[in-house]
Amino acid sequence: MAGLGIARRWDRVVDRYNAQPKIFRILFVTLLLVFAYALPLLRPPILTTNSIDFGGVMFRVIAFALVALGLNIVIGYAGLLDLGYVGFYCVGAYTTAVLTVYHFSWPFFLALPVAIGVTMLTGVLLGAPTLRVRGDYLAIVTLGFGEIIRITVTNVEWVGAAAGIKDIPHPNNLGPEPTPPFDPGGWFAIPRVQWDGFVPSLDRVHETHVLVFGALDAVPYYWLVLTVLILVFIADKLMLSSRVGRAWEATREDEEAAELMGVPTFRYKLLAFAMGAAIGGLSGSFYASSQSGYINPQSFPLLLSMLFVAAVIVGGAGNRWGAILGGAIVAYLPERFRDFADYRLLFFGLALMLLAIWRPQGLLPPRRTRRALAAQEKIEELEGEPVDVL
Amino acid sequence: MDLGALFGSFDSFLSFTIGGLVFGAIYALIALGYTMVYGVLQLINFAHSEVFMYGTFAVAWVFVFLHGTGSATWDLKQAAPTLLVALVAAMAMSAAIALLLERVAYRPLIKKNAPKLIILISAIGASFALSEAMGLRDRFAGWFGVDNKLANYVTPAKARDVYTNPVTIEPHGLFDIGGYTVTDVDLTIIVAALAMMIVLDQLVRRTRFGRGIRSVAQDPESAALMGVNATRVVQITFLIGGLAAGVAATLYMMKIGATKQSAGFLLGVKAFTAAVMGGIGNLRGALLGGLTLGVMENWGAAVFGNEWRDVVSFVLLVLILLVRPSGILGESLGKARA
Repeated sequence: MAGLGIARRWDRVVDRYNAQPKIFRILFVTLLLVFAYALPLLRPPILTTNSIDFGGVMFRVIAFALVALGLNIVIGYAGLLDLGYVGFYCVGAYTTAVLTVYHFSWPFFLALPVAIGVTMLTGVLLGAPTLRVRGDYLAIVTLGFGEIIRITVTNVEWVGAAAGIKDIPHPNNLGPEPTPPFDPGGWFAIPRVQWDGFVPSLDRVHETHVLVFGALDAVPYYWLVLTVLILVFIADKLMLSSRVGRAWEATREDEEAAELMGVPTFRYKLLAFAMGAAIGGLSGSFYASSQSGYINPQSFPLLLSMLFVAAVIVGGAGNRWGAILGGAIVAYLPERFRDFADYRLLFFGLALMLLAIWRPQGLLPPRRTRRALAAQEKIEELEGEPVDVL
Repeated sequence: MDLGALFGSFDSFLSFTIGGLVFGAIYALIALGYTMVYGVLQLINFAHSEVFMYGTFAVAWVFVFLHGTGSATWDLKQAAPTLLVALVAAMAMSAAIALLLERVAYRPLIKKNAPKLIILISAIGASFALSEAMGLRDRFAGWFGVDNKLANYVTPAKARDVYTNPVTIEPHGLFDIGGYTVTDVDLTIIVAALAMMIVLDQLVRRTRFGRGIRSVAQDPESAALMGVNATRVVQITFLIGGLAAGVAATLYMMKIGATKQSAGFLLGVKAFTAAVMGGIGNLRGALLGGLTLGVMENWGAAVFGNEWRDVVSFVLLVLILLVRPSGILGESLGKARA
């Protein structure tokens, strides 16, 4: 199929990488990581959005990638269409807000695991009755769930109702505490790069202090979420290559066959739902404690769920690199189009449509999907007529 | 159960029920677009809400065109001729948008035999684009230098704001049911919706192209072998959904009188809920689901307070799906017998 060029090229990159000696691979990964961490400070031209706050944009991008990684478990691995993922995101954010400021005053890193736990529990509570429902119906039930959560937090005074919750504390600082107005705190400061055309120079006015989570600089939040993303990525990789991952894929491909082979499909679907929910809650928690420290029910519209799903599918459901890429694209495009102000959502809609038509399998579909497609192509070639393999 | 205690009085129980039926009828007509497309393609027609939204604008534009922008209050008899013109315009507009949607967002992907999920994404993209295009209509008019000429149609200050039909249609009481006065507007909406549903149901059950639709819904390959033009069938399905949405848009504007570029979204979600509730892919199910949803959520709003209205409808959906996993009537479009 014509639409698989990018994916093949990607395969070749991966193969070449795997063929290198270990020392080069370690070096390569290190370089990649350093580049990823330094990106918001490097502010490369072309890529950089026109707004001053490129760090903030990068934070949104990386946070979206994290959410997409979580939703990829539900949609990509287990094959369950969840249109209400924003519900989990919302539960995570509100749990954090309630625990850190609204009713208690826990530190952020204590509230975080509790938020994850609560969201996971919500996932199980939602999944247990609804996962028995057939695939397409699940979509509308989850959609309803997302809406129920949003309306509930709008109406319940205990979580701040329509006004939301403000002054949510930031994650704890590392290094010396800042003492306003003169000492910005932190161990040391890193200047950022500014570009005059393609000529770089150091911008000593805007410095990032390591590691102070304040209201002014988004870069430390970016580093924090990037670190979490890497951890989740590794956990995801381990999970998929274990018994659990195989059970998910078997369930997705053919539920009845999997059940006959002794896979307790319902339990594994529930597990996928809970894992996805947990990562959604994790991201929500970071969202709540990010720069502005303010959440309200309007921060969690149903449309956000659609964007999450779009991120996973556009990237290529079932491939974690694809999910990250999709999340980055869906978060980045509207920011890039910000110059067009009013037109950006229009362009975004058209871009989604064109992407779908141009690459029906997503930008980076998993290898297995591509192998199946290649096999299908071969059969078509031999038999001279289309047959369904997938 | 003492209804009077729950709803204040038995009369208000009746009024909530009839109010619910009115909205239920509109949900049912929109649900038709979801259920037909699902029946034939097994796809969630996510952009159908925009098909409806464009219809509501067509209605308001007809009123502005024929009447001007000065606000007025008419009763139903006085408004009837304009309403008929508006009905035709809304049906044409919605059908045109539905066909455009099929051509641009669906057909290229169906031809490629793409996975269902990516078609959903394409539909979501189309939905965004359509809704935004309506919100930016003053800019588009500006490109052609006609924004002043068309000011009445494109600018309520900012095109994203609420666009109001200048003519308010005032309902008049017709007769009483147990202390509740049924108005002519309510009655028209319910009767029109029912009539439309019956006509479409009979079309699908009795006519030649109805048979085509059912055959494609049952087994697209065999249908193609028997000489059914699948592409044409899909087109007709979208056309019918669009026509029904146009009727729904007219009835909605009779009742509400104002619309905006994002008006379709929540109604679309509700209508889709109604379609699933009644058994997706099933025309009669869409009607039953729509009416059930309308009535139940009105009761829920009366008992728990209006802010819980949507929660009631979704909880109801989950409960129904738990008991009847494929909806109340749970029958597919293909199985409908002639």
